[in-house]
Amino acid sequence: MPTEIKQAQSLSGLYGLMAEFDEADALLQATWRARSEGYRQMDAYTPMPIEGLADALDFRPTWVARIVFVAGLLGASGGFGLCWWITVIAYPHIVAGRPLNSWPAYIPITFESMVLVACIVAVVGMLALNGMPEPYHPVFNVPEFARASRDRFFLCIQVNDPKFDFEGTRGFLEGLHPLEVTPVPE
Amino acid sequence: MADDHTSDDRTSGDLTSYDAVAIDPGPNEVLGPGHNYGTVTDKISGVILRPMSRTPWQMFAGFAVAFLLVNLFLVAVTWLFVRGVGVWGVVIPVAWGFAIVNFVWWIGIGHAGTLISAILLLLKQDWRTSINRFSEAMTLFAVACAGMFPILHLGRPWLAYWLLPYPNTMWLWPQPRSPLIWDVFAVSTYATVSLIFWFTGLIPDLATMRDKAKSPLVQKLFGMLAMGWRGSARHWARYQKTYLLLAGLSTPLVVSVHSVVSFDFAVAILPGWHTTIFPPYFVAGAIYSGFAMVLSLAIPVRRWFHLEDLITMRHIECMAKVMLSTGLIVAYGYAMEAFMAWYSGDPYERFTFYNRTWGGEYWWTYWLLIACNIVIPQSLWSRRVRLSVPLVFVVSLVVNVGMWLERFVIVVTSLTRDFVPSSWGIYYPTVWDWSTFAGTIGVFLSLMFLFIRGLPAISIFEMREVVHHMEPEHAHGD
Repeated sequence: MPTEIKQAQSLSGLYGLMAEFDEADALLQATWRARSEGYRQMDAYTPMPIEGLADALDFRPTWVARIVFVAGLLGASGGFGLCWWITVIAYPHIVAGRPLNSWPAYIPITFESMVLVACIVAVVGMLALNGMPEPYHPVFNVPEFARASRDRFFLCIQVNDPKFDFEGTRGFLEGLHPLEVTPVPE
Repeated sequence: MADDHTSDDRTSGDLTSYDAVAIDPGPNEVLGPGHNYGTVTDKISGVILRPMSRTPWQMFAGFAVAFLLVNLFLVAVTWLFVRGVGVWGVVIPVAWGFAIVNFVWWIGIGHAGTLISAILLLLKQDWRTSINRFSEAMTLFAVACAGMFPILHLGRPWLAYWLLPYPNTMWLWPQPRSPLIWDVFAVSTYATVSLIFWFTGLIPDLATMRDKAKSPLVQKLFGMLAMGWRGSARHWARYQKTYLLLAGLSTPLVVSVHSVVSFDFAVAILPGWHTTIFPPYFVAGAIYSGFAMVLSLAIPVRRWFHLEDLITMRHIECMAKVMLSTGLIVAYGYAMEAFMAWYSGDPYERFTFYNRTWGGEYWWTYWLLIACNIVIPQSLWSRRVRLSVPLVFVVSLVVNVGMWLERFVIVVTSLTRDFVPSSWGIYYPTVWDWSTFAGTIGVFLSLMFLFIRGLPAISIFEMREVVHHMEPEHAHGD
């Protein structure tokens, strides 16, 4: 598709260059090569999680665990606080001679509230950090990309990378022996 | 969700054509021969993206029966709303009756789904994949059926929201020291978390369905649900972390839910209920009945859709083993109940045990329960039985019946005879009790049939991972 490439050479309206591989290991190696070459603004797309691929992109998902921890704490204290407030402040009611603040009985609700809030925040937080829902993304413009959810592995180096240079980057990607290198229109 | 499928994208015709006979690789493999990333994807999505005319006839027949039962459920519930709980057989002293028996039975069934998806994930069991999605859906629908019973049993079901703590004009609050309120929190948390867990697992597969669908409507539908998932490595990293956290949170949750359900009984002083062994024995029983239900559903489905190469004998044998071992824990629970009745020296406990097993109206339910839950499942010690699909199927149905009887014995037999003979009574279920129970089975099965036909019932991306870990040299190519 030389005409397409020529059109894309202007770089305006271009999101990046995408190389397609048919094996996870090939993509993993390509990603490491791209990183040692100095590329930073890139992403890899795979049909299933590949061990080590996030490392190759120098990415560590640190925020998910943090927000879930905080959410769990908030959920637990909310659950405990609710029980305490109901039985001590709002509706004091002596049962079987126990003190109003009969805290051992609050533990099941405390635990359930922790799990509930932590799980909801985990998923909503993960989606938010991933920028989802995001119905449109330039990578979907590549017809072959439909196989990223089936059996193909893609590496996309983006135009906004300081090292991006259409011919140079294309040559670099071709050197990784992909099935194909395709420009990704914005 | 039919979609016109042309033959050109069915890459390796033999493995993925609709009617091809699948090869079961036997009890040592989790995946049939010859599969690669493409074929597992096509095969599982092919269950959904096939023309309606290529749906196995058993699906239509099964759905028709299930849908009839749904209608029976609607009639039974309407009559209940019109006339009140008096249409059921509940009396004083047996105020709990079928509603609570069914509630405990259904919620127990749900537990296997969470066990398979969360605990077996943390234990890195390879046979978990290919049955986890299916079991999670089972959990969701079983909890939906379970949740209806306490609400229908309220007498004034339209006031069910009174169970929740919310600021009201009467300034009345639920009692957080009561196990019944713990139950509200436990079951609603469990239902919500099960839904979240299930949907999170579905997101990458919904993206696969979006990319594979041919009809624009189906594409849009799956596209909206997939929320733009594109398989980015960064997204996968966060996704896996989240999934692991959900599994870690669900594991204690599933134990807590049935423990709290057992507190509904154990915290009361009624003989036959007031025992400390209830929480662990309820949790084991829940997993036992849940695995039985997974087997009862998976065995026909794998046959109808020719999925023997994805749900192999290894899955069936492992589930049979889990069923056997949890069944033994349950047997230990029964033995301890009998032992403690004698050893406690408490005349009421002793009488309750005598009444359950010999002297009472319902003595035969106890022995039927022992036959279903303890005697018959011992056949699973034999490898020949475990490797026989029809026998495992029959045992799983027997265990489902047995676990229902267990809850009947606990709820009804104990309530009919408490401390004071003047308050003794007897309970007979009415036709409306049976209709409501059969109706929820219909609700459950209808939802399962719709799920299997409309959403990927086997986790596609996790099957690709299985392919990736098994034989990387064969994983590609088509």
